[in-house]
Amino acid sequence: MTRFLLRRSVQALFVLLALAAVLYAVFYLAPGDPARLACGPKCSVAQVQQVRTQMGLDDPVYAQFWHFLRGIVAGHTYSTGTGALHCPAPCLGQSYRTGELVTSIVGEKLPATASLALGAMVLWLIIGVGTGLVSALRRGGIVERLLTAFTLVGVATPVFITGILLLLVFCAWLQWLPYPSYVPLTDDPQQWAWNLLLPWLALALVEAAKYARLTRSSLLETLAEDHIRTFRAYGVGERAIVRRHALRGALAPVIALSALDLGTIFGGALLTETLFGIPGLGQQLVQSVQLKDLPVIVGIVLVMGLAVVVANALADVLYALADRRVVLR
Amino acid sequence: MTTASTAATAPDPTAEPLVRVAGLRVEFPTAGGLVRAVDGLDFTLAAGGALGLVGESGSGKSATAYALLDLHRGTGARVTGSVRVAGTDVLAAPDAELRRLRGGVAAMVFQDPLSSLDPYQAIGDQIAEVYRVHHRASRAAARARAVAVLDRVGIPDAARRSRSRPHEFSGGMRQRALIAMALACEPRLLVADEPTTALDVTVQAQILDLLHELRAETGMGLLLVTHDLGVVAGSVDEVLVLEGGRAVEHGPVAELLNAPAQPYTRALLAAVPRLGVPVPVAAVVAVTEPAEGPVTVREPARATADDDGDKGDDNGDDGEPLLRAVDLRREFGRGRTAFTAVDGVSLTVRPGETLGVVGESGSGKTTLGRMLVRLLDPTAGTIHYGGRDIARLGERALRPLRRELQMVFQDPVSSLNPRRSIGESIADPLRAAGGMTDARIVARVRELLDRVGLDPDWYHRYPHEFSGGQRQRVGIARALAPEPRLIVCDEPVSALDVTTQAQVVALLAELQRDLGLALVFIAHDLAVVRQVSDRVAVMRAGRVVEEGPVSQVYDAPRDPYTKGLLAAVPVLDPVESATRRTARRAIRALGAADPS
Repeated sequence: MTRFLLRRSVQALFVLLALAAVLYAVFYLAPGDPARLACGPKCSVAQVQQVRTQMGLDDPVYAQFWHFLRGIVAGHTYSTGTGALHCPAPCLGQSYRTGELVTSIVGEKLPATASLALGAMVLWLIIGVGTGLVSALRRGGIVERLLTAFTLVGVATPVFITGILLLLVFCAWLQWLPYPSYVPLTDDPQQWAWNLLLPWLALALVEAAKYARLTRSSLLETLAEDHIRTFRAYGVGERAIVRRHALRGALAPVIALSALDLGTIFGGALLTETLFGIPGLGQQLVQSVQLKDLPVIVGIVLVMGLAVVVANALADVLYALADRRVVLR
Repeated sequence: MTTASTAATAPDPTAEPLVRVAGLRVEFPTAGGLVRAVDGLDFTLAAGGALGLVGESGSGKSATAYALLDLHRGTGARVTGSVRVAGTDVLAAPDAELRRLRGGVAAMVFQDPLSSLDPYQAIGDQIAEVYRVHHRASRAAARARAVAVLDRVGIPDAARRSRSRPHEFSGGMRQRALIAMALACEPRLLVADEPTTALDVTVQAQILDLLHELRAETGMGLLLVTHDLGVVAGSVDEVLVLEGGRAVEHGPVAELLNAPAQPYTRALLAAVPRLGVPVPVAAVVAVTEPAEGPVTVREPARATADDDGDKGDDNGDDGEPLLRAVDLRREFGRGRTAFTAVDGVSLTVRPGETLGVVGESGSGKTTLGRMLVRLLDPTAGTIHYGGRDIARLGERALRPLRRELQMVFQDPVSSLNPRRSIGESIADPLRAAGGMTDARIVARVRELLDRVGLDPDWYHRYPHEFSGGQRQRVGIARALAPEPRLIVCDEPVSALDVTTQAQVVALLAELQRDLGLALVFIAHDLAVVRQVSDRVAVMRAGRVVEEGPVSQVYDAPRDPYTKGLLAAVPVLDPVESATRRTARRAIRALGAADPS
C-alpha cells in the first residue's frame, strides 16, 4: 500500500509537470504580449517594457518555465513598485488584472466547487445506483421500461437544458425554492444545502443516467456468474443473494467510475456553475479566459489536473478495497 | 439392460425411491428454435444409492442434474415430465418449498470450484450462510458448523482456513470446500456435476475417495455426472449412459463396464485412454460416425487401423537430436514475489520422435513448452537447435526459425480469432512467411484442411461453427502450415471428450508418421501421454524428476512421485478401483501415523 501510494505520487508529479509544461507553452508562448496584458491598455511602450523586465519575460523560455516551477516549490516575492508582495510556497503567480495571488483566488473559489461536486456525487450515486438496481431486478416490467426511458432522456439532455428546466419549474412556476445564490457551508449549513439543491440535481440527473446503466448491466452480469448459481442451488433467497453476493461485485466498477467522475466534475462543472451563479473554479475560469488573465487560468487548470490525478489514485484504492483479489502495485 | 434400479443398500423395493425421474424433457430456446437437451429420460435412484450419469458433452447430463433441483427455473428453459426428489414434486413445488429442498435435501457440487464460490467472502462465512438458510442457528453456531464440515472434508487447520477467501485455496481445497458446503445441511442426495474434471489426477483420486467415505458415513445418495468412465468405476453402483438426451444403456457399474451391451457404450469405453492397453485406432474411427450437428468430423484422411499404439522404444540414442535444452530456467516476478516456474530442465528431442511431458498443474510444463519454441524467453540455460544456441537469439534472428517451431494450444476456442474464417487463420503463418501467391496459399490451406480430416470447403466457415475437436484440428492445421520440424502441443486434448480426444491423438500420431515431425506432447493425463509418446519426462515443481522410454517410466517407475501419479489414475475395473482405494487409504493412514 505504501509502495503503491509512493509510486502513484511520483507518477502524479510527472503528470502535473507535463501538464504545467503544456499549459505554459500554450498560454505564455502563444501570440499576445503578457506584459501588455498585465500592464493594461493605458500603458506606454516604456512602461510595458518595464513590466516585461519585472516579469522576467526577457529571460529565455526554459528559464521562465524554471522560474515558474521554482515559484510553486519555493514561493516567490513580487515587487509591486511601492513594496513587495510575498507569494508563499505553492506560488502559482499573480493575477494580471487584480494583482491578487492565484493561490488565494483558487482557495477562495475551491469550497464552492467542492460543495457542488461532492453533493452532486452523493445525489447521483443515490439516484443512479438506485435506478440501476431496480431496473436490473425488475427486468421486463413496466417499472424497468419507465426507468430505461428516464435514463435515456437523462443521458441525452445536456446539463444547461436540465438546469434551465429545473429553475423554470421549481423557482419560477412553483416557487418552492429560491433562485440559488451560494452561501458558504461555514456560514449557514441549512442555507448552503437549500441553495445548492437545484445545481446538485441538475448535475446529478445527467450523471445518474450513466450510473443507472452501468449499475444495471454490472448487476445483471454479476447475477449470471457461477457463484450466484451456487447460492441459488443452496436455497438462499434471491434478496439475500443480491445483498450479500451480487452487490459488492456489481458496485466495484461504479465506485471506480465515480471517483474518476468526481475528478472531472471539479474541472468540468463550468456550465452548472455559470448557470446557477455559483462562484466556483469553473466560473472563475470562464471569467479569466474572457479577461485573458493567464496566471489564473494556468493555476486553475493545474488544480483541476491535480483533482483528476488524485481521484484516479483514489479510484484504484477503492477498487482494491472492494475486490481483495486486486493487488495494488 | 435397462433394468429397474434396486441398489443393494435399499432394503425395501416398494419404498419411494430418493429420486424418481419420469419422461424428463429439457428444452432451451435459441435463435434457431428449441434445442432439446434431454429427451424423455426415466430413472430412479434408491436412498443411499449411487448413480453415474455418463455421456459426452452435449449429451444432456448436466441439464438432467440441474433438473433435480430445478435450477432451470427462471432461466427460460422448458422442463417437462416429472422429477420427484425425496417425495417432493420438484418441478411443481412453489419457490419456498424448492428453496427448502435445495441444499437441505439435495445439495449440488459444481464443476469449477473457483467460480462457484463467492470471491469476496470467506469460505467459512459462505458455508455458515447456507447452514442458516436451512437451520435456526446463531451466527456463532453456524460458523462452528462450517468449521466442523471443513474439518470433515480434510481442510487442515479448518478454523483458521475457514477465514480464507476462495482464491487463497488450491483447486483441490476449493472442491473440498464446496463439498463441505454440500455436507453442511446433511442432505439426503448429493448431486455432483463433473466434480473432478478441473483437477489433477492425484487430487481427483482424493476427492473421489472423500465422496466415497462420506457416502458410507452419512448414507446419502449420490448422483455423479461425468464424461469420464474411469471416474465412475470406483464411485457408483449403477451407470446410466446418455447420448443426445436419451438413455442408451443403464445397469450395474461392473456389468456395464465389463460387458457393455450397446455399441455406443462400447465405443465410449474403447476411446478411454488406458495406461496398459493402447487404444486401437479402429475403435476410434468407429465412434466418429454419430457426431451430431450440421457438421460432422470426417474420418482422418489416411487413418490406418494398424497403429499399434505403444510406440516402439527402439528409438535409442542414435542420431543427432533436433533440439537440445540444457539447464533451462524461468523465473517470474521479482524480489519477494519471485517464483521459479522451471528450475533447471535439460532434455532432448530427436527428429521424428514424440517426447511426452507430464506433470500436475503448476509443475512448469507449459512454461517449458513455451520456452522451447521461444514464445517465452528463458531466464537461464541454452536451447541448441540447428547447430546454434537459440535461447538468446533476438526476434529478427529468430524469425526464420519461427516457421520450423510451431505450437498447438490447449484451448482451441480462445486460440482462434473468432472474427476470421478458419481458412484465413490457417493461412496466417503462410502469409507471414511471404513468397507465396494468394492462389497458392488457398490451395495449400485446402490441402491442410483435408490433411487434418476436415472438409476443404469449410475454408470460409468461422470457429463457432465447429465442435471442440474440429477446432483443435484447425489448430493443428495452422501449426502444420509452414511445414515445421517441431510442434509443441500444450494439452492439445484435455478440453475434449474421450472419443474426440482419441481421434485427435490418432491424427497427431499419423501426421508424425507421415511427415516425420518431432512432437513435444505436454499433458496432465498420463494415459494419453503413454499412447502418443516415445519417451516421457515427468515434471514436478519445475524439475524433471524422471525421464526415459515410455515402457520404462510407466512399467517400472523409479521416482516415488511418478509412482504416486500412476497409482492415482482412475481404472475402469470397479474391483481394481476398490482395491486401489483401500491401498490409498492405507498409505494415508500410514502417513497420518508417521508425520515425518
